[in-house]
Amino acid sequence: MITPVAQLRQSAQQEATRFPALLARAEQLAGTVLLGEHGRRRSGLGDDFWQYRPLRAGDTYRSIDWRRSGRGDEQYVREREWQIAQSVQLWVDTGASMRFSSHKDLPTKGDRARLVALAAAILLIRGGERVGFTGWTLPPRNGDIQILRLAEALSKDAEEDYSQPEARGIIPHARAMFVSDFLGDLAPMEAALTKAADRGVRGVLVQVLDPTEESFPFKGRTIFESVGKTLAHETLKAGDLRERYLQRLAERKARLEHLSRLTGWQFMCHHTSDSAQNALLWVYRAMDGGHG
Amino acid sequence: MTVLGPLGFTAPWLLLGLLALPVLWVILRAVPPAPIRRLFPGVVLLLGLKDDDQVTDRTPWWLLLLRLLAVAAVIIGLAGPILNPEDDSQSAGTGPLLVVMDASWSSAADWRARQVALDALLSRAEREARPVALMRLTDPEAPHFQQAAVLRARLTGLEPEPWEPGEAHVARALSMLPEEDFDSYWMSDGLARASRDPMLNALMEHGQVTVFESPRNLTALLPPRFEDGHVQLTARRLHPGTAREISIAGHGLDPAGNPAVLVRAPLTFAEGASEGELDLSLPAELRARITRFEIDGARSAGAVSLPDDSLRRREVALIAGNENREGLELLSPLYYLHKALQDDVDILDGALTEVLPANPDVIVLADVATLGPGEEAGVTEWLEKGGTLLRFAGPRLAASDLSRDREDPLMPVRLRAGGRSVGGAMSWGEPKSLAPFPEGSPFEGLTIPADVTVTSQVMAQPDPTLADRVIAQLSDGTPLVTRKRVGQGQVVLFHVTANAEWSSLPLSGLFVQMLERLAISAMPATPEPGELVGTMWQPIRVLDGFGAVVDAGTLPGVPGEALLTEALGPELRPGLYQGEERSLARNVVTESTVLEPAVWPDTVPVEGLNRPQETPLAGWLLALAIALLLADVIASLALSGRLRGARPTAATVLLALALGALATTGGARAQGASSSSADAFAEAATAEVTLAHVVTGDTQLDELAQNGLRGLSETLYYRTSVEPSDPMAVNLETDELAFFPLLYWPITPSQPTPSPAAYAKLNDYLRSGGMILFDTRDADVAGFGAASPEGRKLRELAAPLDIPPLEPVPQDHVLTRTFYLLQDFPGRYSSRDVWVEAAPPDAELVEGMPFRNLNDNVTPVVIGGNDWAAAWAVDSRGNPQVRIGSGFAGERQREIAYRFGVNLVMHVLTGNYKSDQVHVPALLDRLGN
Repeated sequence: MITPVAQLRQSAQQEATRFPALLARAEQLAGTVLLGEHGRRRSGLGDDFWQYRPLRAGDTYRSIDWRRSGRGDEQYVREREWQIAQSVQLWVDTGASMRFSSHKDLPTKGDRARLVALAAAILLIRGGERVGFTGWTLPPRNGDIQILRLAEALSKDAEEDYSQPEARGIIPHARAMFVSDFLGDLAPMEAALTKAADRGVRGVLVQVLDPTEESFPFKGRTIFESVGKTLAHETLKAGDLRERYLQRLAERKARLEHLSRLTGWQFMCHHTSDSAQNALLWVYRAMDGGHG
Repeated sequence: MTVLGPLGFTAPWLLLGLLALPVLWVILRAVPPAPIRRLFPGVVLLLGLKDDDQVTDRTPWWLLLLRLLAVAAVIIGLAGPILNPEDDSQSAGTGPLLVVMDASWSSAADWRARQVALDALLSRAEREARPVALMRLTDPEAPHFQQAAVLRARLTGLEPEPWEPGEAHVARALSMLPEEDFDSYWMSDGLARASRDPMLNALMEHGQVTVFESPRNLTALLPPRFEDGHVQLTARRLHPGTAREISIAGHGLDPAGNPAVLVRAPLTFAEGASEGELDLSLPAELRARITRFEIDGARSAGAVSLPDDSLRRREVALIAGNENREGLELLSPLYYLHKALQDDVDILDGALTEVLPANPDVIVLADVATLGPGEEAGVTEWLEKGGTLLRFAGPRLAASDLSRDREDPLMPVRLRAGGRSVGGAMSWGEPKSLAPFPEGSPFEGLTIPADVTVTSQVMAQPDPTLADRVIAQLSDGTPLVTRKRVGQGQVVLFHVTANAEWSSLPLSGLFVQMLERLAISAMPATPEPGELVGTMWQPIRVLDGFGAVVDAGTLPGVPGEALLTEALGPELRPGLYQGEERSLARNVVTESTVLEPAVWPDTVPVEGLNRPQETPLAGWLLALAIALLLADVIASLALSGRLRGARPTAATVLLALALGALATTGGARAQGASSSSADAFAEAATAEVTLAHVVTGDTQLDELAQNGLRGLSETLYYRTSVEPSDPMAVNLETDELAFFPLLYWPITPSQPTPSPAAYAKLNDYLRSGGMILFDTRDADVAGFGAASPEGRKLRELAAPLDIPPLEPVPQDHVLTRTFYLLQDFPGRYSSRDVWVEAAPPDAELVEGMPFRNLNDNVTPVVIGGNDWAAAWAVDSRGNPQVRIGSGFAGERQREIAYRFGVNLVMHVLTGNYKSDQVHVPALLDRLGN
C-alpha cells in the first residue's frame, strides 16, 4: 500500500513529538568525525564545557582560562567536550508480505513498520544524529530535509514476496535498525547481521507481526497463499496445523533472538494490534542504551 | 385428496420423496466443504507441514439435519398440505334448494361471514347442479329456482334490512312458497320471534330444513333516556355470559361542523346479566350536538340509537332588572323562576349581550324596563328567528314609560301609567283571583287553585288588538298574561312580578304548569298516538341495515299515528322524522325489544360459523424451507470461518434482532440525545435576551431573517440597555417558544402549515405575553389584505391562532414612543399598513392628554409587509446586506427601520410602561406642543 508522503510524515511526526529528543549513545567513534551535539565524555572540539586542568607544557598561553586562573596561583586550561554526530542506518522491509492486515481496522505490517522507523528517524535527527538507509540509496544525513527524503523513500513498495535485508554500504561503527516481519529466509539475514557485527555496527531488530500470524485462528479446509501469490499451501484441517505453526514461529523468534545476542544487537517483536508508541518507546530505549 | 387426521394432501405421491432423505444424508456427509483461499504471509512457516488426518472435516450433523429439514419442508410443501380440509361427503343433496334468510338488522353484524358461508353453500350446489332460490324474509319476493351460479353473481348485492321479519312479512312469504318439494337452508339471525314457527312448519312440509346460525353474541343499544341531568344508555345482549365491556360512542358534529366522535365511554355487562347501563354526564352543549349513539365495532342497525328532541333541554336565560346582590334571596325577582325551572332546563346567567350569541330558547326579563339600543336590535332579531321572550312586570316596569304611548316591539301590549293595586291595606276591594282560561289560550284546561290571588298588576291600554292577545285574565276581566307573535317567536308578558310581591301566583303549582304550557320549562314527553292523528312526519335521516345513517332523500312522509304504532318496514324505516315543531326518532331497538335466542326443534340440524377454516399450509412450509436454507447459509459461513471478518457487525445485528432490543436502545439513545439537545437549546436561548425567527424552509430567507435579527440585536446593543445575544432560528414543531420575547415570522407562500401541536404551542406563547411579528414582505406590490400569495398564506397560517381584533397602528399607539418617537414603521418598503391589536372600544381621549390610555398589554401580533429583516440585515462584517431605496434617503429609511425594531423590542420588554402619563410633559415638549 502506498501511503501519501505527507500523511506518513505527519503521523510519524505525531509519534515523535511524544518523546524527548533522543540522544543516541555512541560507543565507538571512528571514521565519522562530523561535529554534533553529542558529548563523547572526553575532551576535544566542542562547545560545551568539559573540565579545567592545570596548564601543561605544550599548551599555548591563549588556551589559559584567565578567569579561573585569576582565583589562584595556578594556571588552568578550560577543556571542552568532544562532540560528534553518529550515523544511524535503517532498513525497512517493503516486501509484499508486509502488505497484509487481517482486519480492516488494523494497519498493514508495512504501514506500522514505516511509521515506527520514520518516528525513530525523526527522533534521531532531532537529537542531531544523521539518519539514512542501508545500501547506497540514501546515505545518512541530518536536517529536516532528510526526514522528507526518508519519508519519500519509505513510501516505495518492493515487488518480491519476502525481501532480503540490505547490508551493503553500512558505515563502520554506526548504528542500525532493521524493521521487518522476518518471515523470509533467515540465511541472508544472518549474513547481513554478521557482516554488520564485523564492522562494529550495533542495532535493533524490530519484528512486526499481525495478530493472526501470532494466533493462527483458522479452521477447516483452507488454501493459504502469500501476499505475492508465489507460495501456497493447502490443508484440509487448518485447525490441526495450529500447534506446529506456533512452534515454528517460536523457533524463528528464538533464532532471531539468539542471533541478535551473538552480534550484540537487540530484538523485539511488535504486533500491529498494539500501540505504535510501545514499539517506538522500546526503540528509543534500545538506541539510547539507557542513557538519557 | 388424502386426509390424515386434520391434514389433507392434494398431491400425496410427492411425499415419497421423503424416502430419498437418508440417501441425501450419506451424500452430503461424503462431500467435503469447499476450501477457502486466504492470504497469509505466515504461509512460509506452513510449507512442508502434512495434515495428520487425511479425511477432511465432516459437515457437522446438525448442519446436515438443517439441510434435510429444509428439503423435507420443500417436499411436504409441494405435496399441498391443507389443514382442516373441506369434507365434501356430508349433506350432499339433490333437488331444488331454497335459501331463506332472515336478513334482519341482527344479522348485519356478521353479514360478511354469512355471505362467505352462503357463497360456499352455493358453490357446492353449483357442483351438485341443484337449482337454488333465495328468499329474504324481511323483504320477501317469490322464490324462483335457478342455477346457483346466477345467484352467486348477485350475492354481493344482498343486504340486510334494518327491521325484523314480522308477522306480515312471514305471511307474505308463506303465500309465495312454491308447490313442489324442496330442501331449505335457513340463515337465521338467531333471535326468537313469534313469526318463526309458521315459517318453519311450512318449510318442513316441503322437505328437509337446515338452519344456519352465527354463534356471535349480539348486542343492541336502546334509545337514550334523559334522567336527572344524565344521559342513560342501556344495552342488551343475546347471550348473557361472562362480564364484558363494550364501548359506546356518541357521534355528532364538532364545533367546526365536521362529523366526529364527541364522547366515548365503556359500558359494562355484569357476569350473567343480559343488560348493561351507562350513565353519561355530558355538558349541555355537547349533548345537544350528539346525533347518534353507537356501539363501537358492531355494524348493525340495532347497535345505533338516534336521540330525537328527548335529549335536548331548553336553554333559558334569566335576566333581572337590578338584582340586589345583598338583598334577601326570597325577594329576588328570579328566585321562583329558578326554582320552577332548574330541574327541567339549562339556565343561562349573564348579561343580555353575553347570552344572546348562545341563542337560548327563552329569555326571561324580570322587571326590566329599558334595553340598550344594541340589545334591543339583537333581541328583536333573535325573536324573529323563533325565540320566546318572557317578561314579568314589576315596580321598575310600572314606573317607566315603556310601551306607554306606542307599543314597544318587545311588549305585547301598551301599558297604562302606574298600574293598580287592589286588596291592599290602602285600597278598596279584595285581592283578585284568576278567571277560567279562555278558549284557545295555551293554558286552557288547567285547574286554577282557589288561593291564587293578585294584589298588584300593570294595566294594559284598551286596544283593538288587546282581546286577541290576552291569554289569561283576572276575575274582573283585566289581562294577567298577554302574548304577541313576532316573526316566528313570541313575546309573553306576565302583568305581575316574578316573585311573590304582587301575587301568590309564583308560589302555586299553577305557575309551573303555565310555564310548561308556554313550552318554556320542558319539552313534552313522547306524544300519544292520539295527539298525532292527522299530522305528517317527514323522514330526515334513516338507518340502513348496517346502522349507517343515510339521507332520507325523497322518501315519502309518514302519518303521525303510524309513526308511533306501526312496525318498522319498508314504508316506515328507522330514522329521524321531522314534524312541525319537533322531531321524533324511530329506533330499531326499543324498550320493548327482547333479545332471546331462537329455539329450534331437535329434528332441525343447526350449523354455525365456527367451523374451522380450510387452511393451505404449502406456503408456510415453503417459507420455512427458505428460512432453514438461509440459516444453513449463515451456519456454513460461520463453520468455514468466512463470517469472521463481518462478525462484529453481523453478530451484533443478529443479537440485537434476536433480543428485539435494537429499537429500544436506539430509541433511548435518540431520546437522550434529543433531551440533551433541548437542554442546550434552552440554555442558549435563556442566557441572554434572544430574538428569534421562525424557520420557513426557504434557506435564503431564513438566512436573511437571521442576519436581520443580528443587525437589530447589534443596534440594540449599541444604543440601548438591551444586550441581546445572537438570534436563533426556531422550528415551530420541535423547539420551545417560551424563551423568546419576540418571534419574527416572514411569510412565504410555500412554507408548510404548522401541526396542531405547534399551533397549541403558538397560542400558549401568544397568551403568555409573547409577540409575533408577521412580515409578508410584499408591501411594494400589495397593500395589506390584498390577495397577494403571501397575504393569503398569512391568513391561512394565522387562522388557527388566537389573535384579537386588529387595527392599523393608531397615531398614539405606545409603539410610536417606546424608545424613539416614530410615526412610520418602514423596512425595506415603507408601507403604512402595519396592524396591531385594536384598542379597547372604550378608550377615549382624555382632555388635555395627547394620548389615549390604550392597551394594557403588549400587542400579541404585529402584522405588516415591509420586509423589515431585509432592512436590518447585516453581513458578517456588519455592513448592510440589502440595498434600501437610493442614496441618503435609503439610509435614512434604514435608520428608521432600526428605530422601529428598537421600539418593537422595547415594547415587548417594557409593555405599556411608556403609556404611563409620567413622561407626558417631556414628550409634549419634544412634540412642540
